Amino acid sequence: MTRVLLVLAALALPAAAQLAVRGETVYTMTGAPIQNGVVLVSANGTIERLGPASQVTIPAGMRTLSAKVVMPGLIDAHATAGLSGVLNQPHDQDQIERSAPIQPELRAIDAFNPRDELITYLRNYGITTLHTGHGPGALISGQTMIVKTWGNSVEDATVEPVSMIAASLGNLARAPSGAPGTRAKMIAMLRTELIKAREYAAKKEKPRDLRMEALVEVVEGKRPLLVTVHRANDILTALRLGKEFNLKLVLDGAAEAHAVLPEIKASGYPVIVHPTMARPGGDMENLTLEMAAKLKEAGIPFALQSGFEGYVPKTRVVLFEAALAAAHGLGKDSTLEALTIGAARLLGIDDRLGSLAPGKHADIALYDGDPLEYTTHCTAVIGQGQVLFEGAQ
Amino acid sequence: MRLPLLLLAAAGLLGAQSTPIAFTGARIIPIAGPEIASGTVVVHQGKITAVGGPQTAIPPNAQRINAAGKVIMPGLVDSHSHIGQVEGADSTAPLQPDVRVLDALNPRASSIKRARAGGITTVNVMPGSGHLLSGQTLYIKLRLADTVDGLLIPLPDGTPAGGIKMANGTNPRRNAPFPGTRAKAAALVREQFIKAQEYQAKVAAAAGDASKLPPRDLRMEALGEVLSGKRVVQHHTHRHDDILTVLRLAKEFNFRVVLHHVSDGWAVAGEIAKANTLGASLILIDSPGGKLEAKDNRLVTGAILDRAGVNTGFHTDDGVTDSRWFFRMAALGVRAGMARDKALYALTMANARMLELEKRVGSLEPGKDADLIILSGDPLSVYTKVEQTWIEGQKVFDLANPADRLALTGGYGAGSDGALMHLDECGGFTLGLDFRNMNLSGDLN
Repeated sequence: MTRVLLVLAALALPAAAQLAVRGETVYTMTGAPIQNGVVLVSANGTIERLGPASQVTIPAGMRTLSAKVVMPGLIDAHATAGLSGVLNQPHDQDQIERSAPIQPELRAIDAFNPRDELITYLRNYGITTLHTGHGPGALISGQTMIVKTWGNSVEDATVEPVSMIAASLGNLARAPSGAPGTRAKMIAMLRTELIKAREYAAKKEKPRDLRMEALVEVVEGKRPLLVTVHRANDILTALRLGKEFNLKLVLDGAAEAHAVLPEIKASGYPVIVHPTMARPGGDMENLTLEMAAKLKEAGIPFALQSGFEGYVPKTRVVLFEAALAAAHGLGKDSTLEALTIGAARLLGIDDRLGSLAPGKHADIALYDGDPLEYTTHCTAVIGQGQVLFEGAQ
Repeated sequence: MRLPLLLLAAAGLLGAQSTPIAFTGARIIPIAGPEIASGTVVVHQGKITAVGGPQTAIPPNAQRINAAGKVIMPGLVDSHSHIGQVEGADSTAPLQPDVRVLDALNPRASSIKRARAGGITTVNVMPGSGHLLSGQTLYIKLRLADTVDGLLIPLPDGTPAGGIKMANGTNPRRNAPFPGTRAKAAALVREQFIKAQEYQAKVAAAAGDASKLPPRDLRMEALGEVLSGKRVVQHHTHRHDDILTVLRLAKEFNFRVVLHHVSDGWAVAGEIAKANTLGASLILIDSPGGKLEAKDNRLVTGAILDRAGVNTGFHTDDGVTDSRWFFRMAALGVRAGMARDKALYALTMANARMLELEKRVGSLEPGKDADLIILSGDPLSVYTKVEQTWIEGQKVFDLANPADRLALTGGYGAGSDGALMHLDECGGFTLGLDFRNMNLSGDLN
């Protein structure tokens, strides 16, 4: 992606618009929706201009896609798609490596399969960006990355090759080997490792150490630690750890966040809410469909996710998870915001993605009705100016 | 107010609803017949006594419930679910027809409350699919009962209604004595059914003479009920060739069958339509895959089977999808081209027919059980809520009741089944199955 942009940038820019999109309602995410709006897409794959049809004229003969609803491509704030393959056989499951409890050196770019059919499947619902990578299930399972939902290679698809370091607490982190076997041991191991990383960072002569190199960024507060954690006491444990090491935490899942909202709010850490339709059991038995609404009300930054699925379906669709959040207190507008600019801000990519504005990537989803209704179809997807899908998914 | 109802249920007195109730002013979707823009439903003694327009006669002593602006539909019928922390066969044999869900269902499980919150009133509770035959299923009503007896649907002979669960494909594949191949799976099934035919012949030859009867054999007795047609085979099957194997065996042994999941149904719709089944009960999943057999699962299968003339239903497979969003299955069917009325039929009458309960449940018609739901809006909209669920004239779910609301939304205490629950880290559920391993030995869907 980056490479393509650089090449294009070398060709005398600004390029003329090459594609137009019309929408009865255009959600820009920068202000109120535009009724009867037009988006002009430039040849370099960014948005050139947009506004009401009365102010933005589509040049004669330009290819134009039209739909009832036009909005920025959706962003799934946390997935494992591309690593956890569609077949769910040992050969296509690369989201978790159970040989050791702490492996921050595992890179997502070495595992992401852009050709897995689930990537295209998700894209055809209007999802253009995924934060994906190593999944929950180990104390530190590896790195995550941000990708677009098309491209022939991981390099083509990459937005950010490294996004966060994925960690888990609670029952998720109990290791098959027995270490860690308890909650207290998990934290003892993490603290030990983070102290080592601090010491490594302070060394003048550093022997190469992939594991430490990955963790140094975390203890220096440059790289978010994505902590999948559900029970209220475990969430507080994560906050305690974050404070001790001055970490940049992102709480993930957080099924019982509703019980510790003031503490989360005070920490300043954002939350990527568990899939709304996650099964209520184990550490997640007290989850609520109203979680996103409660976070919104509390003023805690949040985003929505498809998460990891171990069986059927092999991936959830963030659009469907969001729809139920909308129906349970979040409301349509806030939900669409969470699916786009809200997720982009949380992931730190809002300079390029998440809204329809001049200069931003022309990642655009078109729908024949309210995108959150089950019976509405995604009718086209545009990725950096290319029409990737036209039909009715 | 719960306590008196529970006592009534325990005393087997539910259905003795003495005062008629009239629901007025709602948009009514009776499933049997066209929608009524503003209509009335009257229920009495646990049965529907009238369904009609605004002129419908209401008994003078009736309690009136103003449902203006709401939608009233029959209670939903789920033809395949694992609510109630159900268990079936163990690991000792691939076919265990003697095992009964009746003996292994927890009526206090939180999953049953969630099913009521989803508007479901009748359920086929099944054991899993890790066996060629995992036991006798149980058709239940989700009444407010604390005992399994309070949930039963008695047949005229006094026995509880239920089917028998079978499965083919990869889920029952394991080390011996389980089958290692598809051909072996079919051979094991044929072997048992032939034994059952021989047992049946001995019973017939005894002509009621106790001294000539073969020794009692619970397995053979249950299979005998399958051969005689009393008990319908509820058959898990995904791949197109496995679907045809089910039809072949059903023909050979003349058993009555419902096809379940039917992921590749779109590929063999004509064959299913031609065969003699009670129907196909589908699960539509958010994305294909998760196991090899579901890699070609498509939302369009509902539309294709319906157009081919198959009695097409949907199920939750609760555990795999949650009973609270059963309506979503119909909406996804419509998304992929299924007619709206057929999709709603697939949540109600189609499934009632598969459970042979179509004379009691599945539509709003006089004489049928007073099982109905009140919705806040269009049944296929994500924004719509089930506001009330009624079974046999008794309200079993009310969104205005905080405890019931908790069952819908979740929150502290909603999902707590205490020590009875065996859960894994991936958010597993009440069957105690480990999702991490289900890619190899999936036990459910």
